[in-house]
Amino acid sequence: MPEVAPDFDVPDLDGPDFDVIVVGAGPAGSSAALVLARAGRRVCLLERGPFPGSKNMYGGVVYGRILDTLIPNWWEEAPVQRWVTRRGTVIMTETQALTVDYRTTAWGEAPYNGCTTFRPDFDSWLADKAVEAGAVLVTSTTATALLRDASGRICGVSTDRPEGDLTARVVIACDGVNSFLAKEAGLYPHAVPENFTLGAKEVLALPREEIEKRFGLRGHEGADFEIVGCTRGIPGGGFVYTNLDSIAVGVVLSVTELAKAKVRPEELIAGLKAHPMVAPWIEGADLKEYSAHLIPEGGFDMMPELVTDGMVVAGDAAAMCLAAGIWLEGVNFAIGSGTSAAEATVDALLADDTSAAGLAGYRDRLEESFVMADHRKLRRAPELLMSHRMQSVYPTLMCNLAEGMFTVTNPVPKKGALALGWTEARRAKVRLRDLARDGWTTIRTFG
Amino acid sequence: MPPYDPAVTWPRVSFEDRMDAVEFRVGTRAHITVDGDSCRGCTTKSCVTACPANLFVPTSDGGILFNYEQCFECGTCYMVCNTKGAIEWTYPDGGHGVVFHRS
Repeated sequence: MPEVAPDFDVPDLDGPDFDVIVVGAGPAGSSAALVLARAGRRVCLLERGPFPGSKNMYGGVVYGRILDTLIPNWWEEAPVQRWVTRRGTVIMTETQALTVDYRTTAWGEAPYNGCTTFRPDFDSWLADKAVEAGAVLVTSTTATALLRDASGRICGVSTDRPEGDLTARVVIACDGVNSFLAKEAGLYPHAVPENFTLGAKEVLALPREEIEKRFGLRGHEGADFEIVGCTRGIPGGGFVYTNLDSIAVGVVLSVTELAKAKVRPEELIAGLKAHPMVAPWIEGADLKEYSAHLIPEGGFDMMPELVTDGMVVAGDAAAMCLAAGIWLEGVNFAIGSGTSAAEATVDALLADDTSAAGLAGYRDRLEESFVMADHRKLRRAPELLMSHRMQSVYPTLMCNLAEGMFTVTNPVPKKGALALGWTEARRAKVRLRDLARDGWTTIRTFG
Repeated sequence: MPPYDPAVTWPRVSFEDRMDAVEFRVGTRAHITVDGDSCRGCTTKSCVTACPANLFVPTSDGGILFNYEQCFECGTCYMVCNTKGAIEWTYPDGGHGVVFHRS
């Protein structure tokens, strides 16, 4: 993978070094830098890793529709592992699995629906687009603090390079889930651990043909399974997805509940790998990489303030990740928010007002796009999905219900679905009141 | 108990081998420091089990031994730490730390 030489020239001009400094060359930052560079703005894209994507990991699928306008025919050049044509949602107990296993040939043809990729490849590709458009990518450089002018307004960042202060009229903080810049700016006082999950993942190598045989795939088709009930009661979930010649298996865990449970993350991955549904898929596969990353899972209600004088926040730094059970998306929300941040910044620069009021168009643009529409609609999803009933009680109930339905009990006559449902609900100690309330919340959230 | 024996269906990797599969460009500055005195009074020591890289090791005198070199820079440790000031957390210097390739 090419690593961009970190040497760069700061134009010797009066005033700030750049129009905009974008901190973080993930999908939010690179999209922002791309839009700004295309608008003719002098933009610096700062990345602390040796190359874009080197610090990033994710849980399976990049949904590409958001790229259609930004990079037409992106699918012809993006570094894709596989196109997801088989999408499973799995409800699991230690010995059972109930799967909605959907597949379609439509997702295997342009313009495609979603792909699996290696984030170091994908993020580097997207950053290259920004560089081609004229952005200055500076890798191996950590932004250590915000710079403020005499009036207290943000006017750049300090970096860990010698004489590394960089000034700009606007800073776009795309510095990821831990966003120390948003915190330093006072935009994120509620970044409490309850709103975060830990993702931990193994990438396991197998020959390409073997993966295609085991998952029923051909060519560049791919599979993605999202799983609930595989985390020993710790709120979260699991996933299995296919790369070209490797399989990714991982878990997502409430940070606070993981700590309370005193279980190690890799033990939970081991449990998932040993599950009767998963074990045959990965038999004999060698560990190629292990990775871990935090995820901002709290959704709409945990988002920081998005705008302050001289700075806007986008991507995971703004908690734009969507963790809504049947929809688990992040990269597309990062690209959407980064694009909106850049467009609002272009407007603010034109109007020569980069105060919070001048940058307020960012929020408006987000509200008009899927980013806020989806997050607002699904704001109740994280709490609902992380509840004990959704995580443990209902998965057991539904698996037992399926087992009851499909077990042939001759000579005992069949019970009928309703009677089975009552029996299982009683066995699971589900109160009708809770069931009704969760059902109503589910309809209100996903309806 | 799961009916599949993990040791049969896929090889158990030692934690050392697991971490050897990951590239770390170790910097000279410890980007995370742990104040052992604060840790001695801590009853939960959540960092010990929650850290995915297993970098926090309890010592016999009730403290914590910490090694920054194979850190994923995820942030779990400071999130679960309940002793203010026990974990001083920054990113590694530019270009250093974990480097993912297949994530």
